[in-house]
Amino acid sequence: MTDVGTPPQAIDAIPLRHPWRWVAATVIIVLVALFLYGAATNPAYGWSTYLEYLFNERVLLGVFNTLQLTAYAMVIGVVLGVALTVMRLSSNPVMSAVSWVFLWIFRGTPVYVQLAFWGLFPTIYRNLQLGVPFGPSLLEIDLQAFSYPFLLAVIGLALNEAAYMAEIIRAGITSVPEGQMEASTALGMSWGMAMRRTVLPQAMRVIIPPTGNELISLLKTTSLVTAVPYAFDLYSITTREIAARIFEPVPMLLVAATWYLAVTSVLMVGQYYLERHFSRGVSRTLTTKQLDALAKAQQPSAG
Amino acid sequence: MTAEAASARPMVKAEMVCKNFGALKVLKGITLEVQKGEVLVLVGPSGSGKSTFLRCINHLETVNAGRLYVDGDLVGYQEKGGKLHEMKPRDVAKQRRDVGMVFQHFNLFPHRTALGNIVESPVHVKGVKKKAAVDRGRELLERVGLADKADAYPAQLSGGQQQRVAIARALAMDPKLMLFDEPTSALDPELVGEVLAVMKKLASEGITMVVVTHEMGFAREVADEVAFMDAGVVIERGNPRELLAHPKHERTKAFLSKVM
Repeated sequence: MTDVGTPPQAIDAIPLRHPWRWVAATVIIVLVALFLYGAATNPAYGWSTYLEYLFNERVLLGVFNTLQLTAYAMVIGVVLGVALTVMRLSSNPVMSAVSWVFLWIFRGTPVYVQLAFWGLFPTIYRNLQLGVPFGPSLLEIDLQAFSYPFLLAVIGLALNEAAYMAEIIRAGITSVPEGQMEASTALGMSWGMAMRRTVLPQAMRVIIPPTGNELISLLKTTSLVTAVPYAFDLYSITTREIAARIFEPVPMLLVAATWYLAVTSVLMVGQYYLERHFSRGVSRTLTTKQLDALAKAQQPSAG
Repeated sequence: MTAEAASARPMVKAEMVCKNFGALKVLKGITLEVQKGEVLVLVGPSGSGKSTFLRCINHLETVNAGRLYVDGDLVGYQEKGGKLHEMKPRDVAKQRRDVGMVFQHFNLFPHRTALGNIVESPVHVKGVKKKAAVDRGRELLERVGLADKADAYPAQLSGGQQQRVAIARALAMDPKLMLFDEPTSALDPELVGEVLAVMKKLASEGITMVVVTHEMGFAREVADEVAFMDAGVVIERGNPRELLAHPKHERTKAFLSKVM
């Protein structure tokens, strides 16, 4: 029988030692130190040029333009991606087919080619007419006068992104057990409401990590808008504009890399909080608040 | 229609209901009636079509032949001039609001708390004010003995507790009919009792129920009628004490000898 009077002594064991971890860490530190020393003393890195241009006005403009391209393309990509997925999964065969063809084309061709195409769009379609087919035209837009590389770059990136997002969202939706949709419809929800209130919030847990990946990937893909040609993003300004003028490509590449890395790091922090928000109810682990409440309930009502 | 006629109308009326999945015939002509306030328990071996019939009642499955009525309304179709017309999804959803369903695997919404699960549909489907729905939700949690679990997520509840929340969630829509699809089959033996106790209480309150279960004790005690199904047909039905103690058909005898 257990003796209530004397509780057992808490375990105080000597922890397991890991000597090889120390060896490995030492070797890596030495190698990194050697590399840093080499980089600092090698004139090809041009550190003074790097520092001079890191916060250059043109470079900052490039960062701002790149962020704008990424943000607009991603927002349009996500919205369009959701629409494409809903179309794909709907029982309407027309919608489903349209979605499939969109995906087939925009996922099946290189984004560089698509961007070059959008750059040529005003040349191919000289003007845009709204009206009755073979009848009178109601509205006419001259596309050549309207040539706007930034807008075309956003369209090109967004349509490509939408195709990838649609597949990510579809994977997320199909990961939610069928019973969730059944329970929702049994409670009288329409298909759309069940999607919005039950399925999509649960799918978010699966959707967010690859979407964070997509966003980071899109940030770097913006360097391809030179195909449009759009010349004022971070990569174009650092390498094409400034490096070509000062004949020092290496420090300018480092400037670009630093900024891409900085923005990516900020995005990773955001992703962490988003993931935490959408993992509500996934774990059986209790929050500190809940544990405190349970511990309080366990104590005899002495104090 | 007079009030008297409405109360005499059966809550569920099935006439030769058939359902196939491709070439597989699952229901081969089910004819049944459940009166208002009655509890019908469906028993039978796995694959006999009990769950499929239950799912037909709230149109989670479409019927291939025969007619199925809930409270006098044809399920999923409208009859006009001798022809059946498929209902719009919106109208089907409206029909389902009045029929509560409890699933074998609970199917609670994992991203919402117990209370969140319960208020979800009243607020977003029926348009009940949030405050009123929350008050009602707490009342329902009290009724299933889980007043202290309002803020727990389903993953933090035991199976029995989850199923009781699922029952409260279905009740929150004020259904005129409750369907239970093997509500205790996924539970540890010690947790079965707490769910059955809640269901017993509902039955005593006069809620019309159709229950698919393997709990013969529950059938004997609570059911007004038991129907034994095998291979897509109702073999026999009747008073639970009578049918469970003195089955007439060989197949019923064979099944009962295995489960009792």
